[in-house]
Amino acid sequence: MSGRKIGEVILDLQHISLRFGGVKALTDISFDVKEHEIRAIIGPNGAGKSSMLNVINGVYHPQEGKITFHGEERAKMEPHQAAMQGISRTFQNIALFKGMSVLDNIMTGRITKMKANFLEQAIHLGRARREELAHRAKVEEVIDFLEIQHIRKTPVGRLPYGLQKRVELGRALAAEPSMLLLDEPMAGMNVEEKQDMCRFILDVNDQFGTTIVLIEHDMGVVMDISDRVVVLDYGKKIGDGTPDEVRNNEEVISAYLGVSH
Amino acid sequence: MLYREAGQFKSSYTSDQQIFPIRQDRIGIMLLLLVAFVLVPGMADEYWLKGILIPFLVFSLAALGLNILTGYAGQLSLGSAAFMAVGAFASYNFMLRIDGMPLLVAFALGGVMAALVGIVFGLPSLRIKGFYLAVATLAAQFFIIWLLTKVSWFSNDSTSGVISAQEMEIFGYVFDSPESKYLLVLSIVTVMALMAKNMVRGAVGRAWMAVRDMDVAAEVIGIRIMHTKLLAFAVSSFYCGVAGALYAYAYIGTVEPEGFNLDLSFKILFMIIIGGVGSISGAFLGSAFIVLLPIFLDVLVQDVFAGLLPPSIASNLQLMVFGGLIIFFLIVEPHGLARLWQITKEKLRLWPFPH
Repeated sequence: MSGRKIGEVILDLQHISLRFGGVKALTDISFDVKEHEIRAIIGPNGAGKSSMLNVINGVYHPQEGKITFHGEERAKMEPHQAAMQGISRTFQNIALFKGMSVLDNIMTGRITKMKANFLEQAIHLGRARREELAHRAKVEEVIDFLEIQHIRKTPVGRLPYGLQKRVELGRALAAEPSMLLLDEPMAGMNVEEKQDMCRFILDVNDQFGTTIVLIEHDMGVVMDISDRVVVLDYGKKIGDGTPDEVRNNEEVISAYLGVSH
Repeated sequence: MLYREAGQFKSSYTSDQQIFPIRQDRIGIMLLLLVAFVLVPGMADEYWLKGILIPFLVFSLAALGLNILTGYAGQLSLGSAAFMAVGAFASYNFMLRIDGMPLLVAFALGGVMAALVGIVFGLPSLRIKGFYLAVATLAAQFFIIWLLTKVSWFSNDSTSGVISAQEMEIFGYVFDSPESKYLLVLSIVTVMALMAKNMVRGAVGRAWMAVRDMDVAAEVIGIRIMHTKLLAFAVSSFYCGVAGALYAYAYIGTVEPEGFNLDLSFKILFMIIIGGVGSISGAFLGSAFIVLLPIFLDVLVQDVFAGLLPPSIASNLQLMVFGGLIIFFLIVEPHGLARLWQITKEKLRLWPFPH
C-alpha cells in the first residue's frame, strides 16, 4: 500500500443488540472501525451482516448498545442524518432510481449539499442555477473516476448488472462520504468486473482516504483487500482481526466448514 | 434529415443542461409559442378559443399538477378535481371579500389554499402507497365537494353553492373577449409549465423521482421522505388550484362544487396516462387528446355518417370509439403520447437511414 495511514477509531460499536419481535438479528456485538481502513464483515447467509450496516446508517435502531461516530455518541438517528454526517452506502440488491439517467442518479447523491429551495429552482436563476452547474462539475469527476462517461445519459434500467453496480458506487461517492458502507459490491459479477470493482474500492480508499466497511462473500477478495475482518455467525461475533488471524481462528473455520463431532 | 444534431457540440455544462439541448427543438418551441401567442388569437374564431383552446390549456395545467404528484413523485391521487375546486372557490372568496384584490394575486392565493389542503390530504402518503393512497385521496374528493356544497359561506350563500366568477381585470384592463381570456390563460400556463420543468430537472425533481423509484435508497442518500412527499402534494395542488381558478374565471364563468366531481378527477388522470406519466409535454398531449378527440369524433359522426345511423347509436358510437382508442393507445405505447413523440424524434435523427 502507498502512503495510506490508518488513523484513530472513528466508528465504535459497543454491545449492539437488535431484535425483530422474538428474532434476534444481532446479539451483543462490539467492534470498531479506524480511519482510512478497509474493514470487512463476513459470515454465512443470515449471520446479520446487512443488519449490521443498517444499524450503522440508521435504517435499523438497535434495542441495546451504543454507537460512537467521530466522537459523537448517538442513541437513535434517521438515515438522512447519517447521510448528513458523511456515511454513504450501496445495497446488496441494486437500489438505483431506475427511471432516471446515470447522471441524474449520481446528481441525486449530492442532494445533501444542495441548498436552493424549490422556489429558487422553479425560477432557475441565481443560486439554483449556479448550484446545479457546480454540482454537475463534481459529478463529472465521479463519472471520470469510475470510467462511465459513455453512459452518462442512459437510463440506468437499461444498463447491464455490472455497470449498475458501478453507478450505485458512483451515487454513494458523489456525496463525498467520510465512510462508505458497501453491501456485497461484487455479488454476481464475473472475474473482470470483480477486478474492476476491487480497483475502484482500493482507489477510493487510497485517493480520497475514505474509510470503507464492506460485506463480501468472495473470500479471495476479502482476504486480499481488507485490513481487518469481523466474522459474524447467527448474529454473534465469532472472530475479529487481520485476515491472517481470522483465517486461523478455530471458531471461524468451524462456522464456515463445520466441525466433526 | 432536418432533425440532426451533428455539429452541435456542447462545450459547457450550461449548454448541456438547458431545457432543449438540441437546436431544432429550440427553434420548434419558439415557433410553437409564436403561433400560440401571435397567430392563434388573430385567426381562431370564438368557438375555437372558448370551446377548445381555453379548456385545453386549463386541463393541461391541471394535468401538469397531477403529473408532478403521480408521474414524478409516484403518489397516485384521485383528488385533482377537488383541489381545482379549492382553487376556484378560494380565488372567488378572495376577490369577493377583499377590496381591490388584484386578480393574479387572488389566483395565486387560490393556489396556495389548494396547496395547504393538498398537504393535509397528503399526510396519509407518509404511511400508505399505491392503490391504498388513491383510495385515501378519494376522501379529499368527496369531503371537499361536500363541504363546499354544505357550507354556504364559500359560495356567498347562493343556492346549491353556485358561484359566478367576477370580471377579470388587471390594471384597469378587462379581460372579456375570448382572445384576451385565451392570452391570459396561455401566459399563465406557459410560465407555470416552465417553472414545472425547472423544478423537475433540478434537485427537487430528482428527489421526487428518487422517492418514486426507490424510497429506502432515497432516504439513505439523505432525502427527507416526509418533506419531499408533502412538497409534491403542495406543488401539485397549487397547480390544480390555479387550474381550477382559471376553469371558473376564464372558461365556464359559473361553477358549482358538483362541477368538480370524481369524473373530472378521472379525466385528468386519463390525460396523464395517455399523454405520458412523468413528462411535462405529456400533460399537454394528454389534455389535447382528451379535449379534442370527442369533438373530432362528434364532427365525424354527425357530418360524415349523418343519416346513416340512428341518432341513439350515433351518440353512443362516439363513446365507444373513444374508449376503444384509449385502450389501443395504451397497448401500443403504455408510456403515452410523450414517449411516442420521443421515439419519433429518435427515429428522425437517423432518417432516412435505418441505423
